[in-house]
Amino acid sequence: MPTLNHFLILSGVLFSIGTAGVFLRRNLITILLSIEIMLNAVNITFVSVGRYQGTVDGQIITFFVMTVAAAEAAVGLALVIALFRHRETLSPDAFTSLKW
Amino acid sequence: MSQLTLADFGISQSLIAHLVLIFVVFQALVLTSAFMVWMERKVCAYIQDREGPNRVGPAGLLQPFADVIKLVFKEDLRPKAADTFLFMIAPIISTATAFAAFSVVPFGGETTLFGLLDQPLRLEVTDVNVAVLVIFAVASMGIYGIVLAGWSSNSKYSLLGGLRSAAQMISYELSYGLALAAVIMLAGSLSLREIVTNQAGTWWGFIPKWYVFLQPLGFFIYMTAGVAETNRAPFDFPEAEQELVAGYHTEYSSMSFALFFMAEYINMVTVSAVATSLYLGGWLGPFASGTIGWVWFMAKVLLILFFYVWMRWTLPRYRYDQLMEFGWKWLLPAAVLNLIATAALVIWLG
Amino acid sequence: MDLVTFYILAAITVLASIGVVSSRNPMHSVMLLIVSFGALAGLYVLLDAPFTAVTQIIVYAGAIMVLFLFVVMLLNQHKEDDPEAMPASLVRINSRGFVLLSVLLAVELAVALSRIGITTFTTDAGAVASISSVARIGTALFTTHAFAFEVTSVLILVSMVGAVVIARREH
Repeated sequence: MPTLNHFLILSGVLFSIGTAGVFLRRNLITILLSIEIMLNAVNITFVSVGRYQGTVDGQIITFFVMTVAAAEAAVGLALVIALFRHRETLSPDAFTSLKW
Repeated sequence: MSQLTLADFGISQSLIAHLVLIFVVFQALVLTSAFMVWMERKVCAYIQDREGPNRVGPAGLLQPFADVIKLVFKEDLRPKAADTFLFMIAPIISTATAFAAFSVVPFGGETTLFGLLDQPLRLEVTDVNVAVLVIFAVASMGIYGIVLAGWSSNSKYSLLGGLRSAAQMISYELSYGLALAAVIMLAGSLSLREIVTNQAGTWWGFIPKWYVFLQPLGFFIYMTAGVAETNRAPFDFPEAEQELVAGYHTEYSSMSFALFFMAEYINMVTVSAVATSLYLGGWLGPFASGTIGWVWFMAKVLLILFFYVWMRWTLPRYRYDQLMEFGWKWLLPAAVLNLIATAALVIWLG
Repeated sequence: MDLVTFYILAAITVLASIGVVSSRNPMHSVMLLIVSFGALAGLYVLLDAPFTAVTQIIVYAGAIMVLFLFVVMLLNQHKEDDPEAMPASLVRINSRGFVLLSVLLAVELAVALSRIGITTFTTDAGAVASISSVARIGTALFTTHAFAFEVTSVLILVSMVGAVVIARREH
């Protein structure tokens, strides 16, 4: 029988993978995908703790996290399209005009 | 020495019964899709005042098998620049999701197979308490088969067809879901078996308590969205023969093409089966619903499939922008109105 | 719940996520993430949350990932072009990525596990039945959390309008 620890460790591993992806990848779309991995790790934590407590609140919060993730993915991808139109590249290193 | 029975290995009689049931359902779906090929050609022929296939087998009934044998012997072409893995997996995704959607549809009451079984066996593959949402989820996974097929063929006709088809399916999924939501409100449950059992009984002795009488607009919305979801005429612009060669499956041949064909027919069967369960009372009939309920179920599903084929060969095709405008500007508001009216009805009648 | 099922699903999730982060081809990243989401849905079913599992498939794997797929296809980014990617080959290990990942993981797990000890899930059948009941979720969503629900609908409207405005071609 998996315990709460199993799920929390899984969530931690997933969150670290997502964070590593955000820091290390030089491709805007892959960075957005890594953010989705992080959000899913958080979802797993919520649902498993909700199950641990025997309440339904974990799933409610997960519902809202999914909705916000959808909204953020839509706007993020629109930004990616707009950026791509300007510089024809998806590498974040090309958008450094604000750097001093 | 005591005899070893199968039960000692953890294999109970009900497990074997379930496995046989799954096999029977799978074969029934494949045979229905073959039957649909024949029915389509026959109905098309009679609408066009000719006879259709009548050489292979009695009344041409073995024509689908001849078609499949021909397709299997064809060479399996693959364009050189295509992404091989995605090219091969696209028809598999389409077909797998088409079959998977049928796994939560109940097609009969309980049966003991004339006393062969110890425990009554429910005639469905499985029953989860979120069955309606499972069908919805599997339908949204079916979009990937089409998108990947269009894209991995590396040809502009296929890509256009794939993208248009995916956008169409996503748009009509909204009205589909809202029509489902109205029925769920009436029935108070997401499980298809409970929705069907809620439709038992009659009003005034002869009108069955089916939801189609309570939700005529909902039924129309569901069927329209279902036709658009399965990319059938009059919403089949993405695979229109005259406009885009053959749309997203232009580059496919032999068994992969057959798989797409079969996936489309099985999606039609699933939409019809779900419509039957939600609106037409599922396996309930005027008599003997407990034992021969599956006969009533099949009859109703075949009726809806006949309407599908009839529509294809009678109505002209929608242009793509007309199709999208209809989905967003007419069907979606109608579905929302239907939902609000149903909610008012449920609250008013208690 | 079943320990073996958990390990299989967890392994699929983690391996697919590592594939997402280390793949050079954005198309493969998207596909692997869909696989990861499918395995996560299985884990939700294991946690007696079938509604969340189905919502995960419908919203994440069925809608958000289609959006990503469309963008990858429209921007024609299916070719490998990222020289800084973590290589998929196990022979050459990108030491920078590896070190970062292990440090993050070690710190997180050390802090988290030191606080909770070994915990088992509640096995109260009544509580389990109420968790997996969609009616309970709906009631909670529309009564206790009704305000958040309404705000979310405004949020979606804002993001819809914003996405259209941002991605529009300037004439």
